[in-house]
Amino acid sequence: MSDARTTSMIELDAVHFARGEQVIFDGVDMCFGRGEVTAVLGPSGTGKTTLLRLIGGQVRPASGQVLVDGIEVSRARRKALYALRRRMGVLFQNGALFTDLTVGENVAFPLRAHSRLDEALVRRIVLFKLEAVGLRSARDKYPAELSGGMARRAALARAMALDPEIMLYDEPFAGQDPVSMGVLLRLIRRLNDALGLTSIVVTHDVKEAMSIADQVIVIAGGRVIGQGTPEAVRAQRAQEPALAQFLDGAADGPLNAAEDEAPLSADLGLGDRQ
Amino acid sequence: MNAALNSIARLGRMVLDGAQHAGSMALFAIELAWVLIPTWSRPRDILQQVYAAGVLSLVIILVAGGFVGLVLGLQGYNILSNFNASESLGVMVALSLVRELGPVVAALLFAGRAGSAITAEIALMKTTEQLAALEMMAVDPMRRVIGPRFWGAMIAVPLLAAMFSLVGIIGGYLIGVVVLGVDQASYWGQIREQMEAWDDVGGGAIKSVAFGAVIALISVYEGYRAEPTASGMARATTQTVVLSSLAVLGLDFVMTAFMFGA
Repeated sequence: MSDARTTSMIELDAVHFARGEQVIFDGVDMCFGRGEVTAVLGPSGTGKTTLLRLIGGQVRPASGQVLVDGIEVSRARRKALYALRRRMGVLFQNGALFTDLTVGENVAFPLRAHSRLDEALVRRIVLFKLEAVGLRSARDKYPAELSGGMARRAALARAMALDPEIMLYDEPFAGQDPVSMGVLLRLIRRLNDALGLTSIVVTHDVKEAMSIADQVIVIAGGRVIGQGTPEAVRAQRAQEPALAQFLDGAADGPLNAAEDEAPLSADLGLGDRQ
Repeated sequence: MNAALNSIARLGRMVLDGAQHAGSMALFAIELAWVLIPTWSRPRDILQQVYAAGVLSLVIILVAGGFVGLVLGLQGYNILSNFNASESLGVMVALSLVRELGPVVAALLFAGRAGSAITAEIALMKTTEQLAALEMMAVDPMRRVIGPRFWGAMIAVPLLAAMFSLVGIIGGYLIGVVVLGVDQASYWGQIREQMEAWDDVGGGAIKSVAFGAVIALISVYEGYRAEPTASGMARATTQTVVLSSLAVLGLDFVMTAFMFGA
């Protein structure tokens, strides 16, 4: 275990999380390797975003623990939590840029909030960050003037403003055209390697995620159904029909078997007529 | 029988929902109270909100105040001249405005103009994950977003109420003195003589501070707790205007009873 602690940046141990009646995680264990890009795959509604919120400490598990660099997020006090969050960058699903600030001001926001750097330096850092995502020329635009792909890259620049050690990406490819998807894929990989980050990419785009990830975790129905390198996960499909269905994108299989348990006739009120 | 039971059950649910709403707002108020002082470490944020909520509401407040003053002048003149007391028009207009109409009408207009906007803005920030983004940047949205908006509204309402009353008194002067021929010296003189600085002006000020606090609290609460959907936002803004208006009117009665009841 001590070995795992040094090599993994983030760990979930027997995490149980439910929203009302609906169980999202039923005692899951996960490890995210230091310096690696880990893709978390799964059908929509399996709690992928919840996973990121657990890691960021925005929600707490009912039982089990979430460890980030040895710190127990699930029980951290506010101050420790905020200190930890300063080491994390999050790319939200729709960017979550502040709509009343320009792109440049958005990127400068975390810098101004957490440092007393003088304006000239802030400006310089902002330019570097925007250059890294190829948006230097858009620094004076407002988020509403950007395309979806640009907004996401701008948000990425903001997420990296404080040089985080951990990057969390929530559905970064959703709704992107092939070109901007390719740009994002390359950015995620390059940033991770160049800056020595630990990245978690939550997505349902199997092919794209597999192409850049070092490790893949597939979740469905509140549990982990596949884990390992992309090749290893592909090899596990024989033992796990749900995994095979998800990776192949098959319309029929165990993942949607429960959808229509009751016969249609029952819902139509024809149940007792023989 | 069943219908009767159902309506009782519905009534019960409404009471429970109301109690829950009130309870969660009280908890929110406590949470907010913790950040109210620290919010002043960034006075520019607060000033910006005073501008957004207050300065941008000036037009509606001034126009409404003017019309209310004109109407008061007309009605007051008609009634007072029955008793040959039309030289008291000034004090009647001024007292009505300073004690009641200024604080109450300005607060109602503010709830519709600015309270709803505050709720919508915060709800939209929540819907688009901007609040979550702040949290993940280790910036407390209570301090950065909610606190300044609360102060902005809280500061703006009493100032707007004062301006409403002032413009109203000038409106009464225009109709009473300029149009209807009330003696100018007695219009102002009676106001100066009969209006008490503490009881009347102070009472009105206390009211409008209280209304400001209530509207500010409701506006930020409804936005912060809004369901992050389009219909959730719509419900939240409506709720802000409805709740604020009722709260202002109810509170006004209670405060009036205490201040001027005896």
